[in-house]
Amino acid sequence: MTHSSALVTPMDPATTTPSTPASTQDARAAATAPQSAISMRGLNAWYGTNQVLHALDLEIAARQVCAFIGPSGCGKSTLLRWINRMNDTIPGARADGTLSLHGIDLLDRALDVVDLRRRVGMVFQKPNPFPKSIFDNVAFGPRLHRVYTRTDLEELVEQSLRASALWNEVKDRLDSSALGLSGGQQQRLCIARAVAIGPEMLLMDEPCSALDPRSTASIEELIRELRASYTIVIVTHNMQQASRVSDSTAFFYEGRLIESGATDILFTNPKNRQTEDYVTGRFG
Amino acid sequence: MMGGKTIATTRRLMSNRLFLYGCLTATSIAMLVLGVLMISIALEGWSSVSWRFLDSFASRKAAQAGIKAPLVGSLWVCAICALVALPMGIGTAIYLEEFAKRSRLKHLIQLNISNLSGVPSIVYGILALAAFVRFFGVSTGDAPWSIGDPESLFFVQFPFGPSVLAGGLTLALVVLPIMIIASQEAFRAVPQSLRQGALALGSTPWQVIWRVSFPAALPTIMTGAILAMSRAIGEAAPLLVIGGFLLVFQTPTNLMSDFTVLPLQIFNWAGRPQADFHKLAAAAIIVQLVVLLFFNSIAIIIRQKLQRPLQS
Repeated sequence: MTHSSALVTPMDPATTTPSTPASTQDARAAATAPQSAISMRGLNAWYGTNQVLHALDLEIAARQVCAFIGPSGCGKSTLLRWINRMNDTIPGARADGTLSLHGIDLLDRALDVVDLRRRVGMVFQKPNPFPKSIFDNVAFGPRLHRVYTRTDLEELVEQSLRASALWNEVKDRLDSSALGLSGGQQQRLCIARAVAIGPEMLLMDEPCSALDPRSTASIEELIRELRASYTIVIVTHNMQQASRVSDSTAFFYEGRLIESGATDILFTNPKNRQTEDYVTGRFG
Repeated sequence: MMGGKTIATTRRLMSNRLFLYGCLTATSIAMLVLGVLMISIALEGWSSVSWRFLDSFASRKAAQAGIKAPLVGSLWVCAICALVALPMGIGTAIYLEEFAKRSRLKHLIQLNISNLSGVPSIVYGILALAAFVRFFGVSTGDAPWSIGDPESLFFVQFPFGPSVLAGGLTLALVVLPIMIIASQEAFRAVPQSLRQGALALGSTPWQVIWRVSFPAALPTIMTGAILAMSRAIGEAAPLLVIGGFLLVFQTPTNLMSDFTVLPLQIFNWAGRPQADFHKLAAAAIIVQLVVLLFFNSIAIIIRQKLQRPLQS
């Protein structure tokens, strides 16, 4: 199977060197200064004739956690779903402006979305493990992309489950159904599943909204650990969560980016009145 | 609520109980009818069921008649029907549920399939007579075109004539709409979140279907297949129309062989005046039921096996 996809070739290879999935770990270790993973300029998006994103300008730093906050329907999830092009599955979804991942144009119609999604993992609001065994869930991605040899698939599954802090709970029952796990375990399994294909970025769409407080705490701890290796974007409705896990925060309102910046500043000293009202719970 | 029941509560409990008894009565009547039918058939036919009965061809003498030809014929016809209708039905369902965009064409196809599932099976017999048996009257000279040795397994002729292949295709026509609709329901029941999850891991649409949607839908598809095949094995009318034979003295050797099936044999025997043949008809019904239950239970066992990973 070849991975000489459209992703690596187009755009300006001079300014950015998109790392191949195999070497991302080394590339990450080498780089020190926070560089921009995602950048968008004047990004507009529509569902049919309904414009849901208006002229967004935002940089998301590599290997940091960025939280998207804002009331329901403000476009956070839409933006997330443009980053890995899940919006392709929605008829009538379109966008213009620029949106790029390490210089790769994410709005390019000819973009190999299969390869993009290999590099940008996603964790959904509701845990959605496949009706298969725990092992097969984690091995799903690696088997799709054949990024393993027969002997190290088990090792890869173990690594991924350790990375998502689930290994100790499931190591004795890898062959039992993933649907037998608790909600919080299922969500960590979904994170393990996403991590197993070696993405450089993880998109999390309200990953804790269907979980109890204890599971939420374990997922938050996990996010803080994963930050070392992955660029993470998390959509959340929980202000405390955003302030606990994220390095930077972007506040959206009615499809517009109202304010963005370092999380501690945005929460303690917001420049914008709307932001202040929202983060202090006066509206939204 | 503490204390005694109010009148309103008593009434609610009463109507609840009434409804329960109503449902129980309905179920018992259905079971009773089925039970009476089974017992009367068993009493009448059981004495005629024997190894000789299974292993003999038709005869004018009731004492020597058997169901070898229709039994084997039914298996052939149903096998052909399954080989054609299952892949086509599942394939159509995959197209309609996983690929087809909402369009006027899709709507039209859907409407057609729903209508076709309600068409009486004898009408399919007439269509099959024209299409498979006679190839719409295309002239092939004095004799049908043929490929291969008539004695061998790989013998085909055009048109098919009233052969076991034509019979299987006819039944495939009858059950195809059922199969499509059941498979569509199965795919529709697969949560969208699973497809999204697979896509987000970098699956191609084909991989989503093959690795996620289809395995998740398979147990339900199997249920549909059981219903469809049960229907196929019990059909007599369309096969009568295409010219299924009533007296056959050999088992099929290839797709072009003459054939008869159990329902045709039962129809034939049940219509005769002699009481001895009525007994044979009852015996054939017992055999047919046993065959049906046998294949259904195999399908159910396979389905349980497939379903196990789905449950916690």
